[in-house]
Amino acid sequence: MADLRTNFAGIRSPNPFWLASAPPTDKEYNVRRAFEAGWGGVVWKTLGEDPPVVNVSSRYGSLNYNGTRMIGLNNIELISDRPLATNIAEIKSVKRDYPDRAVVVSLMVPCVEESWKAILPIVEETGADGIELNFGCPHGMSERNMGAAVGQVPEYVEMVTRWCKQNTRMPVIVKLTPNITNILMPARAAMAGGADAVSLINTIQSVIGVDLDQMAPMPVVGGQGTHGGYCGPAVKPIALRMIGDIARDPELGALPISGIGGISSWRDAAEFLAMGASTLQVCTAAMHYGFRIVEDMKDGLSAWMDQKGYATIDDVTGRAIERFVPWNRLNMKFKTIAKIDQDACVKCGLCHIACEDTSHQAIARTRVDGERHYEVIDEECVGCNLCAHVCPIDDCITMQPQPVEGVLTWPEHPNNPARVAIDS
Amino acid sequence: MPQGPDIAPGRLSDVELAHNFSDAHPPLTHAQAVVEAERCFYCYDAPCIEACPTGIDIPRFIRAIATDNMAGSARTILESNILGGSCARVCPTEILCEQKCVHNTREEGQPIRIGMLQRHATDWQMEHGGQPFARAPETGHRIAVVGAGPAGLACAHRLAMHGHDVVIHDRHALPGGLNEYGVAAYKLADEFAQREVDFLLAIGGISFEGGRTLGRDMTVASLRRAYDAVFLAVGLAGVRSLGIEGEDLDGVMDAVNFIEGLRSSSKQTVPVGRRVVVIGGGNTAVDAAVQARRLGAQDVTLVYRRGAENMSATTVEREWAQTNGVTVRLWASPVRLVAHDGALAGVAFARGGLGPDGRPAYDPDDTFVVEADMVLKAVGQTFLPDPLEGDSIAISGGRIMVDETGQTTMQGVYAGGDCTPGEDLTVAAVRDGRNAAEAIHAAWMAAGK
Repeated sequence: MADLRTNFAGIRSPNPFWLASAPPTDKEYNVRRAFEAGWGGVVWKTLGEDPPVVNVSSRYGSLNYNGTRMIGLNNIELISDRPLATNIAEIKSVKRDYPDRAVVVSLMVPCVEESWKAILPIVEETGADGIELNFGCPHGMSERNMGAAVGQVPEYVEMVTRWCKQNTRMPVIVKLTPNITNILMPARAAMAGGADAVSLINTIQSVIGVDLDQMAPMPVVGGQGTHGGYCGPAVKPIALRMIGDIARDPELGALPISGIGGISSWRDAAEFLAMGASTLQVCTAAMHYGFRIVEDMKDGLSAWMDQKGYATIDDVTGRAIERFVPWNRLNMKFKTIAKIDQDACVKCGLCHIACEDTSHQAIARTRVDGERHYEVIDEECVGCNLCAHVCPIDDCITMQPQPVEGVLTWPEHPNNPARVAIDS
Repeated sequence: MPQGPDIAPGRLSDVELAHNFSDAHPPLTHAQAVVEAERCFYCYDAPCIEACPTGIDIPRFIRAIATDNMAGSARTILESNILGGSCARVCPTEILCEQKCVHNTREEGQPIRIGMLQRHATDWQMEHGGQPFARAPETGHRIAVVGAGPAGLACAHRLAMHGHDVVIHDRHALPGGLNEYGVAAYKLADEFAQREVDFLLAIGGISFEGGRTLGRDMTVASLRRAYDAVFLAVGLAGVRSLGIEGEDLDGVMDAVNFIEGLRSSSKQTVPVGRRVVVIGGGNTAVDAAVQARRLGAQDVTLVYRRGAENMSATTVEREWAQTNGVTVRLWASPVRLVAHDGALAGVAFARGGLGPDGRPAYDPDDTFVVEADMVLKAVGQTFLPDPLEGDSIAISGGRIMVDETGQTTMQGVYAGGDCTPGEDLTVAAVRDGRNAAEAIHAAWMAAGK
């Protein structure tokens, strides 16, 4: 059995699955249910200064696709709308009863040192294992110069991180916003400020859709809408890339990463680990199906690790990073060609029309004995994979790597006007 | 006193009859339709389209259901097949579009329910959308259509769309043809046939003249003189007889007449035998047998002279009969109708099988009797050429000869539907009518008329 225990910047948990700071971790009631269900840790929904914020009614918008609900979710909820003392008392109670679980407290107070100095001892007194600085919330709080308004300015990230490190013994995790052009800048700032770890991604600024009857963005609040923060399975690719960017950066490589962004299954979890995460934060999947989803996440991850011979989470973390390279390092001599398994083919023609209309005219449509027949024209196929993606049948179209002779990257390529001389 | 066969109306209560003759396959809810539509792969060059005689762009109309473009979905269907609503209900989709669905390859027997989706879209149109097609400016051309069944209606609608004026002549009081008088009631429940006709005629430019029989009230030649073109969609007016002893006994009748009587009267008044034998293996036999059961017949036996694989009723139809409590007996050929004291008592059959020469063979010494109060003959319908006597319209193989445009050997006279060669399906009749209309229109356009 694989060992799923984690030690994340000094914060221990029995498994890497934490609930992200969000509605599921807003109250003692929910968090106790989560721990009973088997979650390794929680990041408590962000605390702020009193008086608490006020949340609007109608808070979420869902992106549904072809019958699947909530492939993306956006929210316009703000931080915890309960008094600080209530949250603090509940955190203390929960931590006392679940000492083996990670209880991290998310914080967001105004960007002045006094505010941070004031709240840190209160949180520390709960016995919480660490804090997460919410520098990511992209709506509502950012207009008040908090959340993403801080996270988008590396100097502020560094400054607030440093205030926290100077005023608490607790490990400090800096939660990064993806609403920037280069994730390395705020990550380096967090490191410079002394952060013990980073977590990412926070939600992405979004308008989930438009109510065409009310002619207002969704969710509609009294006839109007506002932008919100986007999360769920659809944001996973963005998260993987940003996590990978940090994990492969020579300066940042040692900074622990808590991966967030659409993790819904053990497979997603394994991918986040492979790209450099060492704990995993989940929200949308739990909001969709309830806390019980963690059972399969743990089982599946453990079984996969056993099958692959990975004994610990550390064995998986960052496994794919040495193969996550800039485009310039890809071998341009590599070639792969699509192959259609004629026995598996159901003759839907989707590969043909995708290639014919939008790619390389590399799939011929013919009739053989009156039956529809689709065949790859090897000479025309550039190995783009589109046909394999549109094919509705698993493993019907596979990509066949061709023999490769040597390596040629773009910096050396004859077509590159700025090519470097090849050593003779 | 000799007792007559036990044939009586009103074997069931009004409530039971209403239930038995309501929609056999209730429609999908919109939510169910969307789930089903989303299963569709939206194939390119889809095999289902090719399998549809009217060539409906099925993936397109299904995608429109998934995207909630109901008007577009219905229009896609109706522009190929104006009787898409009844075809959705009566088509043997299991041997047409749904048989070719690529999902069958993936998961046997789980094709997209194309017929049910087509019904969903066409129902929407009839409930919400009004007539989706507008007539072209009037041309002044007049066409006579003979027969108000699916072929005649489809032809009339398409001609009207092109701006021509159409008069449909039919021997029945109501238009609709087999949809009104020939199909099982539960397939086209809630007066669907008439509602569809009303919807179709709403395009304008079409008038209906009922109670007019070809050969009696008019001839093709007279119509040809009075109109610019004629379309014959007279169907199959003849029925085959068994050619055995006792066929004239009371209680022995043609299944088509039984069904027509049932379709055109209150179910409470339709007489049905306590024990019914249906002879035949087609959809008419199944429709007659199941409806006899649903009228309250205690025992209904459908007897076919060959094997299940030879029946023209599909497997789905045969199983439908069986789940409705109809006993299906195969490889039995009727030899005589049995009478007791001059009254129908049953049917004697000879058992048979495939002979050594590969042809069916029956043993006249190996017989059995199925007791019956009523015998319904469904051994085939035939084209009756008599009304065309005197016209220069060639008949071949028992059907009206037509060229690829649907034109008969008489210039300006076209024909389609069951009276012409090809499969006898509602959807094929619609195709024939539509194509003949296009051919008539194209000929006038080419002639600059």
